[in-house]
Amino acid sequence: MTSCSHFSVKRVAAAAVVLVMVGAPSIALAQIKIGSSLSVTGPASFLGDPEKKTLEMYVDEINKKGGINGQKVELIVYDDGGDANAARTFATRLVEDDKVAAVIGGTTTGTTMAMIPVFEEAQVPFISLAGGIPIVEPVKKWVFKTPHTDKMACEKIFADLQKRKLTNIALISGTDAFGKSMHDQCVKVASKYGITIAHEETYGPGDTDMTPQLTNIKSKPGIQAVLNTGFGQGPAIVTRNYRQLAIPQPFYQSHGVASKQYVQLAGDAANGVRLPAAALLVAEKLPDTDKQKPVVTGYMKAYEGKTRQDVSTFGGHAYDALMILTEAANRAGGFKDKAKLRDEIEKTKGFVGTGGVVNMSPTDHMGLDQSAFRMLEIKNGDWVLVPDSGS
Amino acid sequence: MADFLQFAFSGLTVGAVYALVALGFTLIYNASDVINFAQGEFVMIGGLSTVFLAAAGIPLPLAALLAVVIATAVGLALYRFAIEPARGASAVSLIMITIGASIFLRGAAQVIFDKRYHSLPPLFGDTPIRFGGAAILPQSLVVLAGALVIVVLLWTFIERTLFGKAVLATAANKLAARLVGIDTRRTVGFSFAVSAAIGAIAGILITPITLTSYNIGTLLALKGFAAAMLGGIGSAPGAVIGGLLLGLLEAFAAGYLSSQYKDAVAFIVILVVLFARPQGLLGRATVERV
Repeated sequence: MTSCSHFSVKRVAAAAVVLVMVGAPSIALAQIKIGSSLSVTGPASFLGDPEKKTLEMYVDEINKKGGINGQKVELIVYDDGGDANAARTFATRLVEDDKVAAVIGGTTTGTTMAMIPVFEEAQVPFISLAGGIPIVEPVKKWVFKTPHTDKMACEKIFADLQKRKLTNIALISGTDAFGKSMHDQCVKVASKYGITIAHEETYGPGDTDMTPQLTNIKSKPGIQAVLNTGFGQGPAIVTRNYRQLAIPQPFYQSHGVASKQYVQLAGDAANGVRLPAAALLVAEKLPDTDKQKPVVTGYMKAYEGKTRQDVSTFGGHAYDALMILTEAANRAGGFKDKAKLRDEIEKTKGFVGTGGVVNMSPTDHMGLDQSAFRMLEIKNGDWVLVPDSGS
Repeated sequence: MADFLQFAFSGLTVGAVYALVALGFTLIYNASDVINFAQGEFVMIGGLSTVFLAAAGIPLPLAALLAVVIATAVGLALYRFAIEPARGASAVSLIMITIGASIFLRGAAQVIFDKRYHSLPPLFGDTPIRFGGAAILPQSLVVLAGALVIVVLLWTFIERTLFGKAVLATAANKLAARLVGIDTRRTVGFSFAVSAAIGAIAGILITPITLTSYNIGTLLALKGFAAAMLGGIGSAPGAVIGGLLLGLLEAFAAGYLSSQYKDAVAFIVILVVLFARPQGLLGRATVERV
């Protein structure tokens, strides 16, 4: 019994010493806290995981260079697993317990929307990494976002169709969240570009053969092009089936499959497919005159060198958010005055990020235009930039 | 007509996939009355192991063979460490154990493999065979042939060998089987191993069509289970007929009605069949004594 308590006293003492030693430098140096709730695990982990790695990597780098405005940055990342309820709890914890100066994150539209009321009420600047339009429309005072939206991808595709004088198209979309959302956005903006969606088909996220749907599209007269909005393995199978049926019309995919993986899975069938994609994916293909080239190649090299994983646009969104925040903090003279920091984020102009050139305004808290996307065509298992697609 | 033929080809392609998965349910059900919901994970292990072994530089045929061995080992381990310790438990409890095992295997696959989708090259290339204005991929025929070969082997094994009879006897009455000298534990363990091997072969054959990833098992097992129920669970020819029927139903529903409702149409037909003929199309009517 005595020896037992003896041990615990020793342990407490040791723990206290460790605590003092660890705590000491943080007391000496003024630290500012940037909070984040990301979906590092769970169904959206392929988004949240590169986001977390990117934030950690660049916060380290910022600290090595002496921090922001002379203050070291402490990054607090919670993993909400894609669960909106968990995200909301973490948002409250970030505000009340951690007392963060600003928040980056919200990997999915669902988690972001759940967190917005917390940060709006606490008046903490919040830059989301999710794609959904409702995040910034209508504009919320403290909420910003870096990724492009599905609507912009639709517009990019339709602009390309317009250029090729193709007006009658068929739409085949996945019934998953991404496919549905993009389908709805495309239907909404089609008339603006003089596009008629003459036929619509759908497929389930786990479907393994889409030839019946494509057969119906094939036998429908007057279709000039086909657009597939989808995510994951579905579009790869649709592409294979498209070639299996030897459908001659031009075939478009969405930015949802803008990855090397899609090209690998679809194989030769992907040749000739056009799709919009962020500059990051074609970093090495960009002309040297491109404003984004140094930024995207720099980020790509840093990320791939550090993680040994292929770069993704999702990590790029996190990079953009952190850099926008850093630049705004520099202009605002640190993180002390949250209202001033918010104003400076809103004044972001001409910021060149991985997702495009950002020009924010009181009515636009995303600040991207169509030039954020490049139109690509797949040729022999690789991307080729479609010329004159930049607006 | 060309449309009809194309829908039929699509139905046969998808149906052959369902049939192969459904076959895996047969043997374990016959031996132990358990519906093994981890069957889809055997399919996933077969496909993913082949992909990763091949990526590591092992020639494809050898990689496929090793993948079957790995899946068989997992099947045996599932029996030895999860099912066997719970012997004496009711079939429902054992089914729940297999659901747990499937979740565990999916999680393990995320860690051991990755979370991406992968594909394998098809056996006879990917130039579609054109016939009457429709097109079918050679791999679809490979999957169909694979299903037929497995059916014949399974049927021969169960109906024509002593060990197969022992499996049937174990299912009919475990105690009586033991009394006549059948090692029921070995029989059930064996059925898990063979089912896992069938699942792995299915996974390897269908990957060029369906692609594979750590979570592909859940949906395949669901469809395969529906096919097995439709054909009559426990019957190998029933599994194939159920699978093909389900595939054709889906394809024709997607083609002629609406792609939105194709799953609903398929499941309504299954419900109707099961109301009219609860034992499935080829299943044996069983009488339970209470």
